[in-house]
Formats: sequence, C-alpha cells, structure tokens
Amino acid sequence: MNKESNSGTPTDSEVILGILNNSENVLKRLYLAYFPMVLQLIINNNGDSDDAKDVYQEAIIILYNKVKTGDFELSSKLKTYIYSVCRRLWLKRLSQMNRYGGDIRDFQEYLTVDDETEKQNDRDIQFNKMGDALKLLGEPCKTIIEDFYINNRSMQEICDSFGYTNADNAKTQKYKCLQRLKKLFFQQK
Amino acid sequence: MPAKAEEIVFSAEIRSKAMSDNQLQEQIERYLNGEMSKDERARFEILRAENAEINEKVSEHKHFTGLIKQYGERLELERRLDAIHGEIDVEALEDEYMIHPSFIVRLWRNHHSKISVAASIAIFAVLSTLFFTGYLSNRDRDLQLLAQKVNVIEMKIGTQSGPKKTSHVNVNPGNFSGTGFAITSNGYIITDEHVIRDADSVYVQGNDGKSYKAKVVYTEPQNDIAVLTITDSSFKTLGAIPYGFKKVEADLGENVFTVGYPANSIVFGPGFLTSSLGYQGDSTSYQTSIPVNPGNSGGPLLDNNGNVIGIVDAKQTRVAGAAFARKSSYLLKTLQDIPADSLKKPLTLTSKNVLANLNRKQQIKKIQDFVFIVRVYKQ
Repeated sequence: MNKESNSGTPTDSEVILGILNNSENVLKRLYLAYFPMVLQLIINNNGDSDDAKDVYQEAIIILYNKVKTGDFELSSKLKTYIYSVCRRLWLKRLSQMNRYGGDIRDFQEYLTVDDETEKQNDRDIQFNKMGDALKLLGEPCKTIIEDFYINNRSMQEICDSFGYTNADNAKTQKYKCLQRLKKLFFQQK
Repeated sequence: MPAKAEEIVFSAEIRSKAMSDNQLQEQIERYLNGEMSKDERARFEILRAENAEINEKVSEHKHFTGLIKQYGERLELERRLDAIHGEIDVEALEDEYMIHPSFIVRLWRNHHSKISVAASIAIFAVLSTLFFTGYLSNRDRDLQLLAQKVNVIEMKIGTQSGPKKTSHVNVNPGNFSGTGFAITSNGYIITDEHVIRDADSVYVQGNDGKSYKAKVVYTEPQNDIAVLTITDSSFKTLGAIPYGFKKVEADLGENVFTVGYPANSIVFGPGFLTSSLGYQGDSTSYQTSIPVNPGNSGGPLLDNNGNVIGIVDAKQTRVAGAAFARKSSYLLKTLQDIPADSLKKPLTLTSKNVLANLNRKQQIKKIQDFVFIVRVYKQ
C-alpha cells in the first residue's frame, strides 16, 4: 500500500482528518480507493455502473456528514463500513424496484448499519423538498437566497450585482424571497 | 393575508420597538451571525427570553437557513464527487470486476421465477396429456405385440378385387390377425395368446386360401401361448408335420428364420439369434434380428435345420432390429399343461424332422402349408 500522503489509498485516520479539514485530495483518494469494491458489489447483484455511482456517492455523503457532525466513531475498518452502507442502500433499492431475489452475492464482510441509512433518507427528503422549492421560487429570488445563505455573500455584494439602488431595497427583496421560499417548502408534502 | 395579521399582533406586542417582520428577521440574522454589538445583543436576549414567539422565530429561522446552507453544501459535495467520478474509467473497472457466470446461470438468476412457473405448467401439461392418452396405464409401451389390427375397409377392397379366389371358399376376414402354425396333422395350431385374447370367434386360413373355423383349446397368458384346434367340418387332415421341435436352447448366432402373415400373403423373415434373453432380460424369450411386423405374432421361429425353436412374440419399438420369440421349451411345457379332458383329438408331436437336409427354398415350400393366418373377431 502506498503510504505517501497525496496518492494511493488513504489511511482511515487520514480520511477523518481530511474530511474535517475539507481536503480535496483526501476526498479524491478516498473515492478512488473504494469505488471498485462497490462497483463489484452492485454490478454482480443486478445493478449497473450508474447504480453503483449513486449508491457509492450516497455512502460517501453519509460518511462525510457523520464525520463533519462529529458523531462518527470508527469501530471497524473504514472499508468495511463503506461496504456495509452500500450493501444496505443497494438492498433497499433492489426491494423498491422489486428486483431483490432473496440473496445477494457478497465480496466483503459487512456490519449492520440500518439507522445510519434511515437518517440519511430523512435528510434526502428534506433536501429534495428544498431543491424543488428553490426551483419554484424562480429568479431573482433563487440567486439572492443562494448567494446570501449558501455562498455567504454580503448584502452589499448582492445589492451591487443585482443593481438595487440601496441595500435596504435588497434586504426587503431578500426578506420577501425567504418568506416565499418557506411557504413553498412547507406546502410540499 | 396572514402575514398582515401577524404583523399587527407583533406590532402590538413589541410596541416600543415598532418592529416589522422584516426588521425582526434582520435582527435575528444579525443576532445569529454575531453581528450585534454587546448592548444590542444583551437587549435582544432579554427580548428573546421574555417573548416566546420571538424565541421560536429565532430557532425556526436558524433551522431553516441551516437547511438551505446544508442543501448548498450537499450540492457542492455532489458536484465534487461527480468531478472525481469523471476521472474513473468505469468501463474498464466493470470488465475487470464483473463475474461472468455462464449463460444458463445468468438466465436462471434473472428469470428463475418465470422459469419455475413455465416448468410447472410444462410438467402439468405433460402429465395431463399422458393421463388422457392413457400412457400411464400402459407400462409395456416400448414392447409392441405383433398381432395386427386389420383395417376393415382395406379388407373389403381386397375381397372385392379378388372375388374368384374368395367366392368359393369360406372367407371370414377377421378384424384382428396374427400367424399360427400347425403342430399336429389333426389340426392343433399354436399362436400367441395376445392374438386371440378376448376373441369372439377365430378362423385360420391356410396358404391355399382355405379358411377354417377354429376354437381356442388352451391359453397360457404368462407365456403368451395359445393352442387352437380346427373345428370346421370341411377339415380333413394336414398331412405329416415337416418340422420338429427343439427341446434344448438354441445357440447364439444361429441362422434362424420365420414365416408368417404380416400381409395377406406369406412372408419369409431371415435373421440370426442375437440373444438368449428377451426384453429386459426375460429368460423365457430369445432376441432375434428378424425384421418382423404386426401380423407376424404367433409364427414359428425355426433354426437352420427346420426345428421350431420359438414362437414370434413381440418387437421392441425403440430398438431397431430386435424381435422377441418365446422359447420352444415353453411351448412344450404348455402342451403338457393342457388338461387331458379338453383335448377331443390326440395331441402327439411328431419326432420326425424332414427338413434337415433341404435348402431354405425347399424348407419354406414344405412349411408354408402348415402356417396359417389367424383371424380373430372381437367387439
């Protein structure tokens, strides 16, 4: 195994630190290291490479969020953890698609990780609702909200780029946009 | 508009500040972002503690903007992951990691429920077909007994086209026919039990076209042997029987032949004795290579010297060139088993064989007068 810090499979603790520090390099190495394993699992169990991509990215996001929120405890090898999460996610999808034949061909040992994927599912629902609400919001509201709440741009910058005559107008506009966004968000089922 | 109503409630509650929703939200944002001065912050915290509604608005706003933020982060993360994914040669990996089970295994894995259903239906269909065609009740199907079912229409045409031959003799074409051969000059004839089974009446017709009424004297179904006697008043005698009867087993490879009536005229069937055991190891029969047909049943199987060594019996339908004949020793045993009181005429086998030194043509010429078509009528 390559122990160099910027290529090859990262060590488990390297991954944790890398995610906490927003290291692009670690994320990339992590992704490249375990994708083949997950691809092997999916394509040999009734899936294709796109399914593998979706499942794998979902698992990486779960890991990423857990590490970021600080409730990730490494009780097994990271490889086993990722495999287990992917396995769980894929089984769920298979049964949703009615393609689950009752057995799955395994390539690694695995753990039970039910509640983690459940939590992820709730989150995904919220994010989907948010995405839909933003789409419905339309311009310029969408950009104002994104710039201010996601990209952390100041009101002055937003005011300039949208050509508002003063910051108060921009603030009023932003307030109205946010109210509408809330309405759209909570209206959805 | 509900917002207006809220506004009124608010402005009533926070009269001193005369704060609109817009301003309140700005305050909350500044508070949450830590942009307030120390005094302002302290005042806001008091307000928050006093006013539950404002407190709720603060946490709600925090939660909702947090969600927007997380949503943005998620999009960003997905974009990063997609970018990394774009660098992977997925196809090459796929080739490497795909387990290629055999076509059959894949077919089974993908379609096993459908295949199971199809198989069940197929099995059901086969079983019901077998059941309705009566296959299941007929266990010896690959052994075809050689009695011939006569096509009645064909027989009628035959009699019409040959009226001269049939008009003066007593012709009774049966609806079932086999072959029989005489064993005594006074009219005892041997045939297969399956030929005359369930017969209402039996006629024998010789090579000269003469037909005689006959009756069954004795049957031994387990050996498929029947003894007939000619009862017709027009019958006199057949003359001396030319062939003898072999008491011991014949040898493998022996040149054997039969004469019989698979058709309306007598047919010679040459061959070899190929096994001393019959169908499925049946020790009461020989297997021969003689080409036999339905109608040959009951004909004599003779060896090179013109001794009767068996009675043609059956052929195996799935094996070419395998015909079976009951061994002559069983014929002799059957004759001994006939109760004496059912014999109206003496039954004495000749011990003389006049065929031994003749060639095949001459042998057949002598034999053919003693071989009969056995015609059987049954409902």
